[in-house]
Amino acid sequence: MAAHDVMPDIELFQPVTVEDASAIARRLEGRGWVLAGGQDTYGWLKDRAKTATAMIDLGTIEALSGIEETADGVRIGAMTTLRTVSRDPLIRERYALLAEAAGKVASPQIRNQGTLGGNVAQDTRCWYYRRGLSCYRAGGNICYADSPEGMNREHAILGASRCVAVSPSDTGTALVALDAVMVIQNGGSVRRVPAAKFFVGPAVNITHMTVLREGDILTAIELPAAWAGAEHYFEKVADRDVWDFALVSIAAAFRTSGNAIEDARLVCGAVSCVPHRLNAVERAVIGRPRSEETAESVAGLASQGAKPLNFNHFKAPLMENLVKRALRS
Amino acid sequence: MNGVQVSTTVNGDVEEFVCHPGETLLEVLRNRLGLTGAKEGCGTGDCGACSVIVDGQLVCSCLVLGAEVEGRKVATVEGLADGNRLHPLQDKFLEHAALQCGICTPGFLVAAKALLDDNPDPTEEEIRYALAGNLCRCTGYDKIVRAVDAAAAELRKSSKKKASGRKK
Ligand SMILES: Cc1cc2nc3c(=O)[nH]c(=O)nc-3n(C[C@H](O)[C@H](O)[C@H](O)COP(=O)(O)OP(=O)(O)OC[C@H]3O[C@@H](n4cnc5c(N)ncnc54)[C@H](O)[C@@H]3O)c2cc1C
Ligand code: FES
Ligand code: FES
Repeated sequence: MAAHDVMPDIELFQPVTVEDASAIARRLEGRGWVLAGGQDTYGWLKDRAKTATAMIDLGTIEALSGIEETADGVRIGAMTTLRTVSRDPLIRERYALLAEAAGKVASPQIRNQGTLGGNVAQDTRCWYYRRGLSCYRAGGNICYADSPEGMNREHAILGASRCVAVSPSDTGTALVALDAVMVIQNGGSVRRVPAAKFFVGPAVNITHMTVLREGDILTAIELPAAWAGAEHYFEKVADRDVWDFALVSIAAAFRTSGNAIEDARLVCGAVSCVPHRLNAVERAVIGRPRSEETAESVAGLASQGAKPLNFNHFKAPLMENLVKRALRS
Repeated sequence: MNGVQVSTTVNGDVEEFVCHPGETLLEVLRNRLGLTGAKEGCGTGDCGACSVIVDGQLVCSCLVLGAEVEGRKVATVEGLADGNRLHPLQDKFLEHAALQCGICTPGFLVAAKALLDDNPDPTEEEIRYALAGNLCRCTGYDKIVRAVDAAAAELRKSSKKKASGRKK
């Protein structure tokens, strides 16, 4: 195992347009690594657990940063830092759910340098995989976390398929709850993918956590007006209240009329390989008020289908309790 | 391997250097510029001992490339004191015995500087949140928090004095 503190010999490209970044990535055919804030990237490269030979820095592409109002909501450039997202007056006013989630990521240092695009595109923190072991996700034929001796307190209780790793993204849950749209450019073509489809589980693709492929550059994240100013709730439970990955988190958005919930989104983080939408809970709360009674009667639906591993049985009741808290206030 | 030529400002001085594309800002500061204040505790963004300020923002220099600071302004712990006069944060760290082994201290000082530049009158909770990315194995944090609080009070007093001095 290599030392964790020294970067490998590596090339650095600093393109100024998305087209160029995309073209370089395609030309390098898997040897290239798209670089945003680097807060996930440098760990991989220092550990030699991934072997890119060139980095394609998006930091020199000005068009990728910034927050602007659009005809149908707000558009956030993928290179906008988490600090900016968490403090921006427009985001705080209309999409406070996302501002809160971004403000709960890691530490001030990492939020200052880490980007929203990098936060949703980051890879899992499963330590077996990050150590460079040849597990399913790395192309091997075993899951170390889901073995009799596996340390799996942080791993998935839902949606696992051979691999039990979870998505660590705190903003991912908020973006799925807000029906965000990911704008992805590859060369001259642009496609727009709903946040809920951007993240993929191991049953669909066991080696990639998102739909991003070679040459794809996530350019922006669009927040539709439909959820602007909605009631919301975000909570992240971790071993340390700040500077730690979620054990379970919840991002919820509600639109109410009078006392009754008209539409709801409840999404749990760190329980599955993707931000996990609680469809059954969402359906059950329609027409009911946000109250203790509603909370008590629907919370059990949250962890339906959960298959806990040796060390993470606590995640199911934690999901239910977070759903209750989201529905009470 | 091609070197990257970088021109930047460190603690107010223009610095030019050539570094490897993958070389971190921490390596550049320590090995090329002789600024050994920033420490390497982990190299992975966990401990904050390598904290420096780039364009007003606190970052882990172990997770920033030298090449990324082209045209930007870097501030390190070496720039804190004014000649032989310690910065109030440094004075208060000494006064409150906010360090033992000292390996985390430069990072805490820089993180605290970034906090006070942004918020001159932080609550204890705000101080603790702002320093959450800095780990200390020795002090138990309490003395550090008290030192930052005392330095903030000191800085507010002297900026008030300056402001009223200007009025006269
Ligand atoms: C100590 C520590 C604690 C952390 N704690 C948390 C936490 O609590 N919660 C959390 O959510 N995360 C956490 N992180 C993880 C993560 O590093 C950051 O959240 C950060 O947002 C990553 O963004 P970045 O811009 O630095 O990404 P990078 O490292 O630059 O990129 C991450 C990945 O995304 C790809 N990518 C980035 N941008 C694009 C783009 N525009 N188009 C295509 N691909 C792209 C890169 O190729 C790379 O594979 C932590 C990291 C550290 C080191
Ligand atoms: S050395 Fe950079 S965070 Fe520990
Ligand atoms: S004084 Fe020793 S680590 Fe903080």
